[in-house]
Amino acid sequence: MSRLILSRRGLIRTGALGGGLLLSGCDKLYQQPGFRSVLADAENLHRITQRGLGGQSLAREYAPSQMSPVFRANGSTQGAGEDYKRHLASGFAGWALRVDGLVERPLDLPLTALKALPQRAQITRHDCVEGWSAIGGWQGPQLSRVLDLARVKPEAKYLVFHCADIYGGAPYYESIDMVDAHHPQTILAWAMNGRPLEEAHGAPLRLRVERHLGYKQAKFVTRIEARDTLAGVYGGKGGYWEDRSGYAWYAGI
Amino acid sequence: MTEPAPARSEDVPPRGGDLVRRHRLSTRIWHWTNAVALLVMLMSGLMIFNAHPRLYWGQYGANLDPAWLEIGSRGGAGYLRIGSWQVATTGWLGSWTDPMGIVRHRAFPYWATLPSSYSLADGRIWHLAFAWVLALGLLIYLVWSLVNGHLRRDIHIRPSEWRPAHIWHDIKEHARLRFPTGAAALRYNVLQKLAYASVLFLLIPLMILTGLAMSPGTDAWAPVVTEVLGGRQSARSIHFLCAWGLVAFFVVHIAMVLLAGPWNEVRSMITGKYRLPREKDA
Repeated sequence: MSRLILSRRGLIRTGALGGGLLLSGCDKLYQQPGFRSVLADAENLHRITQRGLGGQSLAREYAPSQMSPVFRANGSTQGAGEDYKRHLASGFAGWALRVDGLVERPLDLPLTALKALPQRAQITRHDCVEGWSAIGGWQGPQLSRVLDLARVKPEAKYLVFHCADIYGGAPYYESIDMVDAHHPQTILAWAMNGRPLEEAHGAPLRLRVERHLGYKQAKFVTRIEARDTLAGVYGGKGGYWEDRSGYAWYAGI
Repeated sequence: MTEPAPARSEDVPPRGGDLVRRHRLSTRIWHWTNAVALLVMLMSGLMIFNAHPRLYWGQYGANLDPAWLEIGSRGGAGYLRIGSWQVATTGWLGSWTDPMGIVRHRAFPYWATLPSSYSLADGRIWHLAFAWVLALGLLIYLVWSLVNGHLRRDIHIRPSEWRPAHIWHDIKEHARLRFPTGAAALRYNVLQKLAYASVLFLLIPLMILTGLAMSPGTDAWAPVVTEVLGGRQSARSIHFLCAWGLVAFFVVHIAMVLLAGPWNEVRSMITGKYRLPREKDA
């Protein structure tokens, strides 16, 4: 019996020690840039697999009865700067979306022009990277319509969405590639749940790139820039959270 | 350590005390790969849970929707709430002290998560990379075990073993900590088979399916998975519950290894060689 107790005590001690070593070992291993980048490279596997298997399949759309009673506003709930406040106060009457970079025809599209384009309405599920989900309705022109108007050059590989919100001291931005840009459900939403977008949800314009997590759904969009590379834009990783914390650029998982 | 017993002719059954070939190489490789993958998945999964320590049923669920499970803190006191039942968990869940002596208000404590300090981004990088190890490991192992007969010979539960009397007998033997000896110890008993089969065919596959159901990209091309599970938030809840099912398996598994003789058992899973326990009357 005493042998059993001794071995049990020893076992607990060994377990605790082993656990501690394991923890610090994993954290140390992860601090090696080579190891971390191998793990992070799984992102490419996710992108290739999901696109290979799914192609341009549509994200599930829901019935109005299935919508969240309250759609949680997350991240920035206010736009930043005097310009933004002025536009907000005037109902975005003098506001325009800038489309530039690698395009034949740079555009300044007022809200009225975006509303005059053929519209797409969709009730979709917004999945935050944290784990929660909310179902809401969105309406706006398909991004591909706007890209056609601006005549995006063939060498453009990415679209960068510049935003009017400052989060944690840095401007928010996001980017997508041309596969997602031309997806039928990728829209520039100016309406949510049947009403013009509220400030907390990114008025006047928010990107909806369904099949991606919440942090890709840039709010307060003011400018779309077509580029051949993400290098040189802010931190160079293609998005606010990508730069700041190392979240995956491909957010389909 | 003695050398393995000299080769016997096939018709002489091995006896207690013999050193026999127990686990195939494929089983041993998968066992340890899977053990590492599951540990990384659990700990990084707890980190991901910490980002939103609430669980829901259905398609949607966020802070303003009712959660069936919640880990949090109120006035500095940690708690775990399941339905209307609540328990104080300060020091363990919801509110705990990190190695620097700082009180943290997070669900699972530093020693249970990967990484040990809060980072959802890093937890996801671990989790989503090792998900491939877990899923491909299981797939290759199951296909290989089907081909080499491991599943049919060792895991398949025969009709006679399904008899309630037989299962009840095995339960009683386990409760008395009386384990098979001699040649009988070469085969898995019915409780072992049930445990291994539920991990191979139920728990890990459900972990993988519920994990895929949570991915908005996968959900777009395979919405049936999410639908069958009852929605994305249901999938997240089932993912969490199955993870604890695997922890429960791990606890019983380790207890059984310790009771059955840890050295002999661990050796059999490393070298493949197992010394058959001696018969009681020998």
